[in-house]
Amino acid sequence: MAETVSTSAQDPSRRDFIYIATGAAGAVGAGLFVWPLIDQMNPAADTQALSTTELDMSGIEEGQQIIAKWQGKPVFIRHRTQKEIDEARAVDVATLKDPQTDEQRLVPNKDGKYEPQYLIMLANCTHLGCVPIGDGAGDYDGWFCPCHGSHYDSAGRIRKGPAPKNLYLPPYQYLTDTLIKIG
Amino acid sequence: MSGYPGYDPKSGFEKWLDARLPIVRLGYDTFIFPTPRNLNYWWTFGAILAVILMSQIITGIILAMHYVPHVSMAYDSVQHINRDIRFGWMLQPMHATGASMMFLAVYIHMFRGIYYGSYKSPREVLWIVGVVIYLLMMATGFMGYVLPWGQMSFWGATVITNLFSAIPLVGESVTSWLWGGFSVDNPTLQRFFSLHFVLPFAILGLVILHVWALHVPGNNNPTGVSVKNVDKDTLPFHPYYTVKDGFAIVVFLMVFATFVFFMPDALGHPDNYIRANPVVTPVHIVPEWYYLPFYAMLRAVPDKLGGVIVMFGAIAVLFVLPWLDTSKVRSMRYRPLAKLFFLIFVLVCIGLGWAGAKSPTDLVFATAVDEHGVATGFSFLWLARILTLYYYAFFLVILPVLGLVEKPKARPESIEKSVLKSNAGEA
Repeated sequence: MAETVSTSAQDPSRRDFIYIATGAAGAVGAGLFVWPLIDQMNPAADTQALSTTELDMSGIEEGQQIIAKWQGKPVFIRHRTQKEIDEARAVDVATLKDPQTDEQRLVPNKDGKYEPQYLIMLANCTHLGCVPIGDGAGDYDGWFCPCHGSHYDSAGRIRKGPAPKNLYLPPYQYLTDTLIKIG
Repeated sequence: MSGYPGYDPKSGFEKWLDARLPIVRLGYDTFIFPTPRNLNYWWTFGAILAVILMSQIITGIILAMHYVPHVSMAYDSVQHINRDIRFGWMLQPMHATGASMMFLAVYIHMFRGIYYGSYKSPREVLWIVGVVIYLLMMATGFMGYVLPWGQMSFWGATVITNLFSAIPLVGESVTSWLWGGFSVDNPTLQRFFSLHFVLPFAILGLVILHVWALHVPGNNNPTGVSVKNVDKDTLPFHPYYTVKDGFAIVVFLMVFATFVFFMPDALGHPDNYIRANPVVTPVHIVPEWYYLPFYAMLRAVPDKLGGVIVMFGAIAVLFVLPWLDTSKVRSMRYRPLAKLFFLIFVLVCIGLGWAGAKSPTDLVFATAVDEHGVATGFSFLWLARILTLYYYAFFLVILPVLGLVEKPKARPESIEKSVLKSNAGEA
């Protein structure tokens, strides 16, 4: 045995080749087998089948907010007052932590016009996922997350606290002036 | 560590079995083991932990017979266990408060290890295995708390899994992978149940490694002085320490039983008696008490990734503790400065727990009133920041520097001498 080892260093033999090839094949095989074991935890086909939610916003009064559910996640739909819109547009965007204009927080309708009264956002705080309190809460007349104290303004932009981003926007489109399809 | 005569099979059957499966010898070598004769009651928490771990595994297996890991039935099945299952009223609180008891014991066990320098050479691996056990305990405890599927279960799971979204680039994919969806939902609950069931067995395996690693160098002791003469410095673990540990276990079980029978919900949160609701976050989310110091550290940092790093770093630093403490003297009994800083460290950990239980904007004390008539002053956020700084400074600055500048007091020549001296003093 000692002899085989000593000679193999200078003279790679058929035995060494088989040894390394077997080890390599085993490593690749183990890797291939591990992947299904890991990947099974990712969202399943039925979860992933992108469910869409249609929502009629005409029943939401000015100054009212509702929470819809899309893909198991809560979504804020707020019918903003003119005051809230004006406040959101008066902000100097350059001073924001995650700079976005009020219009970048909206999606144009079919005619290419904005409906600034309707603000549609995912309801999970971008810090650690709690649902912030709405109806003008916090220091910026928007939302306040009670978990770790993030303040969002009336356009859902992060203004103060540990959250790194503005409240996320779900993909959605206007079907009519008040009917939207999320997803 | 050897020194005692080993197992000597007497009967014919014992000899026959010993030649085939030396299991009696294994038990003998484990329990008739030379143990320093001066161990105090702080040394009994290892045995207490072993008892609680077994209690958790047994009650856990029983609860799994009645619990249903599904979002529509989990909450009701826990109520069913408490109300309908025979002795469920006792078994469920035993398991739930048992987790708190295990953390209580493990924190005392860890503080003991730090005070007496039990992590120092040659016990570094013993200490590291212990830190791994602690990490697994935290993961297991967290996933167990999610299973009753109340409001705190759901939102605790949401906040903790969202910690991983702070990882740059892959954060979102990792959280989605943990959830098995786009939010905490049924797939999350089912995998947490599966992992909560299996991880305690991983802990059990690591406990065996922990005891094995203990049996190579043997126990540290309150003087920190190594065993020099096995006959004079040690006693066999059985019966001396089985009895001492047994007494401590009984006392500890009295505390445990007080919680189980008289205040089973005292350590929980009332909001967990509200069914999980994914669209309403409780006004004040707090984790179980044993995570509060780390929660305070997470909130102390105004940056998401920074907060997560500081929180996990607080545990990671324990892994390298054996190399951060530069002092050659194990026991802080002979280190006057280290003893003082250790005492502050214990208070800091408790203070962090206090800060973690409060809202960051709450005031520790008010100093003034602002123009709106609202009190201002020293907030829990700032308390948490100062205490977090000390927590890190203790490991990264104080312990490394103290070893170089501190002049330790004289240590006893041997364990035997220290015992005889203290006895003479009392006489």
